[in-house]
Amino acid sequence: MASDHDHDDDSYRESKRVTQKRPLLYLAEFETPGKVMKAAEKVRDAGYKRWDVHTPFPVHGMDRAMGMPDSKLGWIVLACGLTGCAVAFSLIYWTNGLDYPLIIGGKPADAFPSMVPVMFELTILLSAFGAVFGMLGLNQLPRHHHPVFYSDRFDRASDDRFFISIEAADEKFDLEDTRALLEALGASHLELIQEEA
Amino acid sequence: MAGSKPIKELGEGYLATPGTSFHDVTEIVSRVTETKAPRGWWILFGIAVSITGVLGATLAYLLWTGIGVWGNNSPVAWAWDITNFVWWIGIGHAGTLISAVLFLFRQYWRTAINRFSEAMTIFAVICALMFPTIHTGRPWHIYYPLPIPNGMNVWPNFKSPLLWDVFAVSTYFTVSLLFWYVGLIPDFATLRDRTKNKVRQLAYGFLALGWRGSNRHWSNYERAYLILAAISTPLVLSVHSVVSFDFATSVEPGWHTTIFPPYFVAGAVFSGFAMVMTLLLIARTVFKLHDLVQMRHLEMMNKIILTTGSLVGYAYAMEFFIAWYSGNPYERYVFLNRAFGDYWWAYWSMITCNVLVPQTYWFRSLRTNLPWMFVASILVNIGMWFERFVIIVTTLHRDYLPSSWGNFSPTLVDWTTYLGSIGLFFTLFLLFIRWIPMIAIAEVKMVLPQADPHAEDHDHDEHEHAPAVRGPAVMKTGEA
Repeated sequence: MASDHDHDDDSYRESKRVTQKRPLLYLAEFETPGKVMKAAEKVRDAGYKRWDVHTPFPVHGMDRAMGMPDSKLGWIVLACGLTGCAVAFSLIYWTNGLDYPLIIGGKPADAFPSMVPVMFELTILLSAFGAVFGMLGLNQLPRHHHPVFYSDRFDRASDDRFFISIEAADEKFDLEDTRALLEALGASHLELIQEEA
Repeated sequence: MAGSKPIKELGEGYLATPGTSFHDVTEIVSRVTETKAPRGWWILFGIAVSITGVLGATLAYLLWTGIGVWGNNSPVAWAWDITNFVWWIGIGHAGTLISAVLFLFRQYWRTAINRFSEAMTIFAVICALMFPTIHTGRPWHIYYPLPIPNGMNVWPNFKSPLLWDVFAVSTYFTVSLLFWYVGLIPDFATLRDRTKNKVRQLAYGFLALGWRGSNRHWSNYERAYLILAAISTPLVLSVHSVVSFDFATSVEPGWHTTIFPPYFVAGAVFSGFAMVMTLLLIARTVFKLHDLVQMRHLEMMNKIILTTGSLVGYAYAMEFFIAWYSGNPYERYVFLNRAFGDYWWAYWSMITCNVLVPQTYWFRSLRTNLPWMFVASILVNIGMWFERFVIIVTTLHRDYLPSSWGNFSPTLVDWTTYLGSIGLFFTLFLLFIRWIPMIAIAEVKMVLPQADPHAEDHDHDEHEHAPAVRGPAVMKTGEA
């Protein structure tokens, strides 16, 4: 894909063994949330798909600037919460009402009101598991080996700098054009992350 | 709007010293975990670990001998153990309240103190859980309340509020822990990226799960945070309500009241905020966090202490009123006995600390007076301990039959168990302060004026904020 080397896939694989490094992504650094947001809007409009913005804190309005759909997490949590509620009901109904009926305080063995607190708690518990593990699942975390970590400057993504990364796997990725785009967007620093051959 | 004077809304002011940059926030918070601990930390840690050692010895003695070494007796079968349990659970509640309820209400000032108070919740609940575990004297039978098949073919009794407690408190602990950890992930990433030390890189790197600040991740992350806040809010109210059911579903005079759930929740929030205040004042001084924890934050907390203290005072008055108004002689006797009987000193300590002390916060000069708020926060915690003690002991020691009356006095083991739990709490807390960012770095950055992506375009009226006064919205998820 590297336009300045005019190789097809086979010769590329061959050349990699000799000198070539495989480009993984461009990493552009910005100084303020405002600059990175304007840049993100341009990258979105340029039609890139496999790209991302890295910020030390969630930036208000960035989802729209990147053209991202809404998070699906709520549905996962809903399913987990309903499961928790159903599990609690069946558990109590079966243990106290069917398997070993206990009459306590003259109440029916399967008295519903006394089930409510535990049904509530298990709904909350499973919803919380759904929220946390669902979030990690959607984000595909833990993942400790992402190419952005090859950059030394990227350490500041968790401090006070804002980054845009465009992956080489993107259909529109081009060593020259993508670089030109990012430079035009006012990146204060631009870096090509490559994989060692 | 441009150039016009920003309107100051009620209770608004600076959330951090003006001019604090993103990097300053990272520095102020990370520095604490990266530099050598100050002498004050070592002194406090030494004291706390010693007290925890006493707790360990006490527990070993208790479990070896049996709970006869406590002062509990036949009418007063629940004494300090349950008092301590309810007290510790209550202290935990401020953490969840600050992180969940204030989050839902968009109270940006919470960012300076939420990490802190969430940690406090976890450790307070650990101390609380210790008491029901040991109070049977046979903790190896703790699996009884769990719905797992056992040799007796009997299932737990789900009609018992004590079993509801097992589910409520363990759910509360688990959810608080998850909430706390989720909030910590980006901050662990910050510590990972700053350090050159291999061990720290591995430890923080492991905990950060490879977090890379991706906006695609932030989107799901913030939704998860919002959902956790939304489900923690009813949870925190339910936990202390369920704890109060332990009393309210009984037929003991002084316990069998419908005011208990809201009254217990208000008291819990009250004591929790007082404990956050005690800890915050110490940490703020020792670690010089004045740029991020402003007088404004402390004043807001004191206002909440005043509010909940007044709610608690109202509950006391209403209990007394209903004892008279219901015309139930047993009920009336119990309340007169609380105020003027053998335990009058506990009752009046409770009234002084919980009702009178917070009323001083009507005065701004006292609300913003550091020495006074430190003393008051400790008095409130003492008062709330007395409240639990009064509820439990004064009801049990005089019930319907004079033939079953008796008194309770604590033994040395009661004292060392209680004080020891405070030692355990402070040990855990001091370790937390040393190794984990005690202020939520990412969240504080988010409320700085320069975090607003529109802070730079002054030509657009619609984006004109008053950046020094208002933080930008905390959540993207709320917008259309």
